[in-house]
Amino acid sequence: MLVFLLRRLLSTIPVLLIVSVLVFLLLRLTPGDPAAILAGDQATTEQIAQIRENLGLNRSIPEQYLIWLGYMVRGDLGQSFYYKTEVVALIGQRIEPTMSLALITMVVAVLISVPLGVLAAWRSGGWLDRALMGFSVLGFSIPVFVLAYLLIWLLSMRLGVLPVQGYQRFADGVGPWLYHLTLPAITLSVIYIALIARVTRASVLETLGEDYIRTARAKGLPETKVLMRHALVNAAVPIVTVIGIGVALLIGGVVVTESVYAIPGLGRLTVDAVLARDFPTIQGIILFFSFIYVMVNLLVDLSYVFFDPRIRY
Amino acid sequence: MSISTRFKRVAAGLLAVGALAAVAPASAQQTVLKVVPHSNLAVLDPIWTTAYMSRNHGYMIYDTLFGTDEKGQIKPQMVESWTVSADNRLYTFKLRKGLLWHDGQPVTGEDAIASIGRWGKRDAMGSALMQFVSRMDSPTPDTFRIFLGEACGFVLEALGKPGSSVPFIMPKRVADTDPFKQIEDYTGSGPFVFKRDEFKPGDKAVYTKFDKYVPRSEPPSGTTGGKRVYVDRVEWNLALRDAQAQLAALQKGEVDIIEALGFDYYEAAKKDSSIQLPTWSNIGLQYMARFNHLHKPFDNPKVRQAAIAAFSQEQFLRAQVGVKELYKPCASMFYCNTPYGSTAGSDLQAKSNMRKAQELLKASGYDGTPVVILKPTDLASIQKLPDVAAQLLRQAGFKVDLQAMDWQTLVGRRAKKDAPEKGGWHMFLTAWTAHDIWSPISNPTMDTRGEKSVWFGWASDDQMPKLRDQFMRATDEGAKKKLADAIHTRAFEIGTHAPLGEYSQPVAAGKNISGFFIHNGNIYWNLKKN
Repeated sequence: MLVFLLRRLLSTIPVLLIVSVLVFLLLRLTPGDPAAILAGDQATTEQIAQIRENLGLNRSIPEQYLIWLGYMVRGDLGQSFYYKTEVVALIGQRIEPTMSLALITMVVAVLISVPLGVLAAWRSGGWLDRALMGFSVLGFSIPVFVLAYLLIWLLSMRLGVLPVQGYQRFADGVGPWLYHLTLPAITLSVIYIALIARVTRASVLETLGEDYIRTARAKGLPETKVLMRHALVNAAVPIVTVIGIGVALLIGGVVVTESVYAIPGLGRLTVDAVLARDFPTIQGIILFFSFIYVMVNLLVDLSYVFFDPRIRY
Repeated sequence: MSISTRFKRVAAGLLAVGALAAVAPASAQQTVLKVVPHSNLAVLDPIWTTAYMSRNHGYMIYDTLFGTDEKGQIKPQMVESWTVSADNRLYTFKLRKGLLWHDGQPVTGEDAIASIGRWGKRDAMGSALMQFVSRMDSPTPDTFRIFLGEACGFVLEALGKPGSSVPFIMPKRVADTDPFKQIEDYTGSGPFVFKRDEFKPGDKAVYTKFDKYVPRSEPPSGTTGGKRVYVDRVEWNLALRDAQAQLAALQKGEVDIIEALGFDYYEAAKKDSSIQLPTWSNIGLQYMARFNHLHKPFDNPKVRQAAIAAFSQEQFLRAQVGVKELYKPCASMFYCNTPYGSTAGSDLQAKSNMRKAQELLKASGYDGTPVVILKPTDLASIQKLPDVAAQLLRQAGFKVDLQAMDWQTLVGRRAKKDAPEKGGWHMFLTAWTAHDIWSPISNPTMDTRGEKSVWFGWASDDQMPKLRDQFMRATDEGAKKKLADAIHTRAFEIGTHAPLGEYSQPVAAGKNISGFFIHNGNIYWNLKKN
């Protein structure tokens, strides 16, 4: 296990290096000039040229990459062209809202979807199963921003129980923090409820057909124990995999939700950085996301051991 | 338990959480004006960039020597009095009493001189002024003098200019910063103090009232008059970018002002009894199509004139703005109803018609070169203009290559002088605030020094620089207006660009906000929140 862990941790280094080269090259080959953006709409060509020189964008691409890499290995992701702030500090400011949103969304999604999926598998072909299938299609089909507007209209404008927008830091109190995150988390969780519930249903349904389930039932175990202790645990590996992928996708993919609800998270920072051609920030964020993906995948792999003792590393 | 009962319990639970949320943060006892600005604030040095958000930030924390009132007249602001020598070559300014920096130090003439010097190295009008300035000095702490090598007629106009790149006055230690590097000390002497520790890029910017600011006694008008602050804090919500969510937040009272209400939401806001649509500008913005004068076919003035004749302003305005009461056709390149708002020589466009355009194009010898128009897909305020331009040009007989891209790609591409087939361009469309184009000196499209021109498009004409030079030297207002007319006429003759009409950007506010006045910008003094 330890060797596996070490090997996986070491494998992140070449992954991150490859990502860094690709991102660096792609950004330099993409049209758009950070200097022109920074200078403002009314800037002259001379002003733009001066800014370009100050930012070091006149150097060759390999030279720029090596300079950036030199700083990166020392843990310095550079300074944002756009905000004139350290990229590490920028990411640090934005982690909490995104992680909070991802955490609450996944907690809500798992708490609702796993029992729903188990029940749908248990009563396969019944009304609950059909309702869940219908909900899944709906959950996948409704664009997040449409759902967000509908929920704002209902829960904020009509019922007035939740705020339209904004984020309160956890340090300001659990109440305000939850109050501001509830609506975005509900919005975002719908698609994950649909996804995880479907996977849970399919996986549990397959397990319910196994011989050991028949044996358990024959032994006279209550149906709840059959479902939770035997069927669900044995069906857990694909469910955990989907949840893991979901967490990784959530952290990097909450752009629309963050935009509609004005949550200053990593998704919004990514979009701003891309639109402003803020190269250091984009590079830093993508590296950070890559690292998160690798870590989440590692955790998912490790969790397999817990759910299926036959798996050994 | 019924579903409705459960729902009510959930709602009650959420309300309880909401009640927790309402537990008094420190700011709850303060009057906080919550504003949704038109864009994100990134650069905090308003001299280093021409971005309007940085200018607005500048107006919050800095003061200016002069300002421009709602009628376009220059009025003193930090200056108490001034004299001009008989030969118009020496300006002596005395600063108002009680002007203090946010750190408590007095504002001095040396601060003003250093600030003018830095601004003069970055701004087009500033550099024009500095061509005439031989030296500046500060004989006493509260006075400073500008010595001109040769008389010119726009000293006060330059020092009081609104628009982008405003000559904000900074402490000397800050103004001594290399003009091509951004400042890092945000000490001003304006009515608000910038809370650097609370600034979160892309999230929020916070300004608090500067208690020691001494406002002028006159009522506020434009960027002049008394800058009285009636709120404790102004918070700019930089994260709320979604137009629909902005309106919902305003309706629910979570924000107080939306600086740039989307045209699509104008009617909805108008019908909402909890919202007001205050008038805080009597001039607005102008759309324009800029030609690239370096490459054919727009290196030929006759082709440019054909395009101008084809561009009926009404069609652009109807497509882009849509709300009749918010737009107005006007063929002045200096914006109508401004000090030099001439329409001289504009018949080509004022009486535009497609047949005339077709005739002009035929006579021009146009060889069928496809016109590359840059179309931004992510800038709602101008994204429909290129489609209208393309259609009108096709009707006139042009071949058109409409190329879609995001705005930032466009911004980078328009700076390229390469031929259109090698990554250059023929035409892009944009919008300018009236302040930036109402003077023949500050209007960048009037710079016709070819590749040396300060703005993209690089128009070339020998006569125009001479006229502008005469305008700069003129000290008599009547003579200046005549010269502005001549410049305007010449601009249409050579077809520098095509003005596409004027519009107002609506602002929306809660009914509990009062004190709006005409300032033609985004200014937050004089506002009261009940």
